[in-house]
Amino acid sequence: MFGKKRVAIVGAGVTLFRRNLKETGKELSYEAAKTALEVAGLELRDIKSVVMGSAPDAFDGVHMKGEYLADGAGAYHKPYTRVFVGGGTGVFTPLAGWWHVASGQFDTCLVVCEEKMSSCYPHPQYAFTTIFDPILERPIGMNLIWIFALEMNRYMHKHNIKKEDIALVSVKNKRNALDNPIAQLAANITVEDVLNSEIMAWPVQRLDVSPTSDGAAAVVLASEDVAKEVTDNPVWIDGVGWCIDSTHWTDRDLYYPDYVECAAKMAYKMAGIKNPPKEIDLAEPYDPFDYKELHHMEGLLLCKKGEAPKLTREGVTQRDGDLPTCPSGGLLGCGNPIAAAGLMKVCEIFWQLRGEAGKRQIPGDPRTGVAQAWGDLMQYGSVIVLRR
Amino acid sequence: MRYYQSEAVETKDIKEGKIPTEKFRPKAKFAWSAGIAISRFLEELKNGKIIATTCSKCGRIMVPPRIYCEKCFKPADGWKYVKDTGVINTFSVSFLAADASRLKEPIVVAIINLDGASEGMGIVHRIEEYGDWREVKIGMKVKAVWKPPEERTGAITDIAYFKPIRE
Amino acid sequence: MSLEKITNPFNARHWIGHMEADYVYTLGVAGERFFKEIKENGKIMGAKCQKCNITYVPPRMYCEKCFEKLKEWVDIGKKGVVHTFTIATIDINGEKLEKPTIYALIKFDGTCGGIIHKIDETDTVYIGMEVEAVLKPSNERKASINDIAYFKPAK
Repeated sequence: MFGKKRVAIVGAGVTLFRRNLKETGKELSYEAAKTALEVAGLELRDIKSVVMGSAPDAFDGVHMKGEYLADGAGAYHKPYTRVFVGGGTGVFTPLAGWWHVASGQFDTCLVVCEEKMSSCYPHPQYAFTTIFDPILERPIGMNLIWIFALEMNRYMHKHNIKKEDIALVSVKNKRNALDNPIAQLAANITVEDVLNSEIMAWPVQRLDVSPTSDGAAAVVLASEDVAKEVTDNPVWIDGVGWCIDSTHWTDRDLYYPDYVECAAKMAYKMAGIKNPPKEIDLAEPYDPFDYKELHHMEGLLLCKKGEAPKLTREGVTQRDGDLPTCPSGGLLGCGNPIAAAGLMKVCEIFWQLRGEAGKRQIPGDPRTGVAQAWGDLMQYGSVIVLRR
Repeated sequence: MRYYQSEAVETKDIKEGKIPTEKFRPKAKFAWSAGIAISRFLEELKNGKIIATTCSKCGRIMVPPRIYCEKCFKPADGWKYVKDTGVINTFSVSFLAADASRLKEPIVVAIINLDGASEGMGIVHRIEEYGDWREVKIGMKVKAVWKPPEERTGAITDIAYFKPIRE
Repeated sequence: MSLEKITNPFNARHWIGHMEADYVYTLGVAGERFFKEIKENGKIMGAKCQKCNITYVPPRMYCEKCFEKLKEWVDIGKKGVVHTFTIATIDINGEKLEKPTIYALIKFDGTCGGIIHKIDETDTVYIGMEVEAVLKPSNERKASINDIAYFKPAK
């Protein structure tokens, strides 16, 4: 066993994901955290530690967001940490929660992720300009979308992938989101709609991209003994992995996310998974852009390099396929409140494994799921393997 | 699943003041230090030259230059000029400015692998004089177009842009 | 061999820039109601947690101690007590103020929390001083903390 204690998720909760929510970030954190506690059947006094995840302070426009959000995350007079690894935060936060409990230090940990991107004007993209090197890159006029476009182009070039095949991911995820009550951009669209949408930074078009959002998500973690006391349906965290690649992003070949593979291998080793496509029943790879789902399926070793578009075309990744992928609707359908979106993916695996996903429930008897997020300068992978 | 029915509001209601808000504009200004390696790099750009640092252990010629090799985790130990020609590693045709406003004429941005640097070493820059943007391709050879010496300030923009080399 | 070092700091280069961003903050569910009560009814409200028997000022959506949602709102009146204060002589940009301004944390009897605001109509201030809120005329109120113009010594 890894760590001193086996760790389970015993509750999960999310807010709506919307372009603008009236709630403050604190209030959003509370709504998600309270909902997760109610599902777990626990009170705040049962929580021994709290981990908060939130992306750059520049979105909310509140400096030292961790401290700002603490009371809404239920951290009053408790051991509290905020973690942040860019877009990878949403899956990294429960990993940080895992080591709180697995270490034997705490029996329980409340894990909360929040993002309120609507505060930033004229557009949250602008808050990203300062992630680029101020001397070598910003004078060129960098926009955040460019780096995705550069990566997508390289991926398409390397494997000779058509935009039509990539667009299928957007079509699938937005349709899956029709069955998700929290979703911001659920829709029945076609490949043609994607290909005819506004060119933002070629090859990235409007419908290749997930929207910016406000939202929060939370899970309650418990050690094995506590988990078995409070629920008959614990979902076990059986694998954790995280990895960062070089910050000299222009040195790397962007066609493949090595760092996701590194994080996935770490998590699979811990979970004893030797043949990921065979042993994993569903996946929630990070999909802020449609090509990213494909990119990450490959990094997660769910298929060979360059093979993800084929699986998508053949329907393997649909909810009734052999490897349901983003059954939640993903970021493309539900919206992308960065850290909250990543944790929402963990919540979705939790509901799917417990058979509580309602209209989104995948058929069969799913026992093992993987969620993954990705961030910083296209360099961070965080991976979690959950089992019933 | 369980979710909380949060209170969604419309952007226009915020803009029209139907939803009360507080507004704030941070006044933060910065002077970013270029550091040891990039200070020299910028000085060389002023002279119309591109300089890299080298690592004697792994043999990499690194551009943009850095004072340490992040792979060997030892100090870089030499300077070496690289060429102002290279190959487009990947590119994007952007209709977006930095603030997400829309551009009428797109700009082409690329990662360029410079000749003389180690494989895969790239810098980000603009591509111009390409004709139709649909003609820009990965693998295309490009060359730096420098600003006139009197207009150079020791900045990455001393290279005005890269242009395709027609063969 | 290692790279030559820059020994003269003037040879090190800088790049001057700024972070451009504008922010528009919603007041939140509790905040919007709090400020609307001031704007429309001229009332300063608190939110009471019945479980912990704590009244929070400003009101919150939830009790941070027990995590119950707060449903009971109470009018706390306009009178409070200076809990602590400072006298500012420079503004946020470091410029000298025309006249010193008193800023205080004002607490309200039987409540948890307090309001940071200006104290005016007085030359003296001390910890424990009783003060009361002076609201702007109702047509100038915007659902903002500045709908309270300042606090003055209580009669």
